[in-house]
Amino acid sequence: MRQITYRDALREALREEMLRDKTVFVLGEDVGRYWQGAFKVTKGLAEEFGDERVRDTPISESAIIGVAAGAAITGMRPIAEIMFGDLSALAMDQIANQVAKLRYMFGGQTKVPVVIRMPFGAGVNIAAHHSQSLEAWFMHVPGLKIVMPSFPYDAKGLLKTAIRDDSPVMFFEHKLLYSIEGPVPKEEYTIPFGVADVKREGKDVTIVATLYMVHKALAAANTLRKEGIDVEVIDPRTLIPLDKQAIVNSVKKTSRIVIVTEDCKTAGVSAEIAAMVAEEALDYLDAPIKRVAEPDTPIPFSPPLEQFVIPNEKSIIKAVKEIVY
Amino acid sequence: MKLEKEKLIEIYRKLLEIRHFEEKAFELYGQNLVPGTLHLYAGQEAVAVGVCANLRKDDYITSTHRGHGHCIAKGAQLDRIMAEILGKKTGYCKGKGGSMHIADFSVGMLGATAVVGAGIPIAPGAGLSIKLRGTDQVVACFFGEGASNQGTFHEGINMAAILALPVVFVCENNLYAMGTRKSRVMLIENVAERAVAYGIPGVTVDGNDVVAVYEAAHEAVNRAREGKGPTLVECKTYRHKGHSRFDPATYRPKEEVEEWLKKDPVQRFKAKLLEMKILTEKEANKIEQDVIAAVEKAAKFAIDSPYPAPEEALEDVHA
Repeated sequence: MRQITYRDALREALREEMLRDKTVFVLGEDVGRYWQGAFKVTKGLAEEFGDERVRDTPISESAIIGVAAGAAITGMRPIAEIMFGDLSALAMDQIANQVAKLRYMFGGQTKVPVVIRMPFGAGVNIAAHHSQSLEAWFMHVPGLKIVMPSFPYDAKGLLKTAIRDDSPVMFFEHKLLYSIEGPVPKEEYTIPFGVADVKREGKDVTIVATLYMVHKALAAANTLRKEGIDVEVIDPRTLIPLDKQAIVNSVKKTSRIVIVTEDCKTAGVSAEIAAMVAEEALDYLDAPIKRVAEPDTPIPFSPPLEQFVIPNEKSIIKAVKEIVY
Repeated sequence: MKLEKEKLIEIYRKLLEIRHFEEKAFELYGQNLVPGTLHLYAGQEAVAVGVCANLRKDDYITSTHRGHGHCIAKGAQLDRIMAEILGKKTGYCKGKGGSMHIADFSVGMLGATAVVGAGIPIAPGAGLSIKLRGTDQVVACFFGEGASNQGTFHEGINMAAILALPVVFVCENNLYAMGTRKSRVMLIENVAERAVAYGIPGVTVDGNDVVAVYEAAHEAVNRAREGKGPTLVECKTYRHKGHSRFDPATYRPKEEVEEWLKKDPVQRFKAKLLEMKILTEKEANKIEQDVIAAVEKAAKFAIDSPYPAPEEALEDVHA
């Protein structure tokens, strides 16, 4: 199969859906022909589809999301790009109180088919305002669906599903993933929400990891293999809806679970998954649930500081060894 | 501007519908039939009616926590609005929204949001949708002068301006944001002056004169429909009641309240119609009695309607 980058996979999804459905359009800061997206995901789209459908906006995050909401409830399928996930805070009312709630408040009279894309993640030395992983914020807002693809294949298939979904979808990418390559078929495909992917099968311990942490978990699993520990790595791919069954099934097999996420540990996504496992699969566990996440600090700038707070292969291996004995 | 007799009578009827509807809602509130709160539109009727009289059914509006009048003016049914206010299953939002979140998508009423200023960027979104779909619809976006201090006012109007979107921004300047008088939070006299900052026309009109509102909105709606972009129309008006529920509004000087009550938009328009000999006193009374009967019927419908089943709370979260 051909290998393409995560960035190109996302772009193919946007392009194919824009070709398929003329109500699909893109808006955001510098997504158009001049800059082509801060991470070049929208490169070439304005040239192909015109400036109207690949719309550069002012630096107005509230209005970007508000406009997407207004367009969505009147028949369009906007894809809004927020340049960095951190900046979603500027649009939080529009996302959490408007986009997420319009359908519910109005008794199901409307649908709000908006996709809101944004990159998360630390590791590129851009400090506290450009590095956060904020998925837990949005996981706490009923009405949103949450997607976090870790490979190019997932990125393309899930973005196409997101664009076709009638609910608002938060689509979280990771800065360090844009340039990774992976197999992506040329043929049309979509990936359903709520279906986890077993990225590596194993029998001794389950690691549930999201976004870039999937790659670190896989690296840790390779190292642990050499020491005789057989790790299963599960990527939920979507947090809302969450494939609880896949996680529970894996726990039934391994009796041990480590949850690895890049967000802050306190009240983070790992806490939710741990609580779910405790509620639904406690009897199958032979060891405490372990969580590997960022400590509760803003993301620092200096490389040694930043690397210290991001979960890594070493911290994952340490957590696994604490419960596999 | 010369308005047809039928149009003038229709405007009068709408003014009365809102007035009597709000009085009824307040009465039902007093009888403990309305859960939560109420933000009454009484006193501001000329704004919603004057603007919406320029709109087609397929045009859109966005609304606020003080939104009953907008719904009625855009053509939503009294009974289903009242049922929603009472939390009934037959309400427009099946009891999920209440007084502050009524919507009727079938008449282009895109809903009321209760976060002050939050609807301002949503209206340009409907405008962008219109532009991309290539229709000649327009959007009227209602908000108060308090909302014009929100960042969304700046972001939303600027966005509509640069994209020349078919939006009419209607600021209902009723002088008070809850208990805060405008002069304490804004150094300019007229909110419409802010239009200069976005390079769009801004006009200030007597918001208690339904014809003045109609005429200003007429020009703004035409401009929007012709693809020439948004206008900011400021309507100076006054709420008859307090901000919400039983707010006695003691922060408003008594003389000021009396002064504004003399400018009641419904009575003023009635006097005008009598003077113009469009209606006789008898005909005017007949219209009013019809409206009162319709409002009574709506209230009865709402009271007699069932509440939603509790577990319906779990529906409509996702599409």
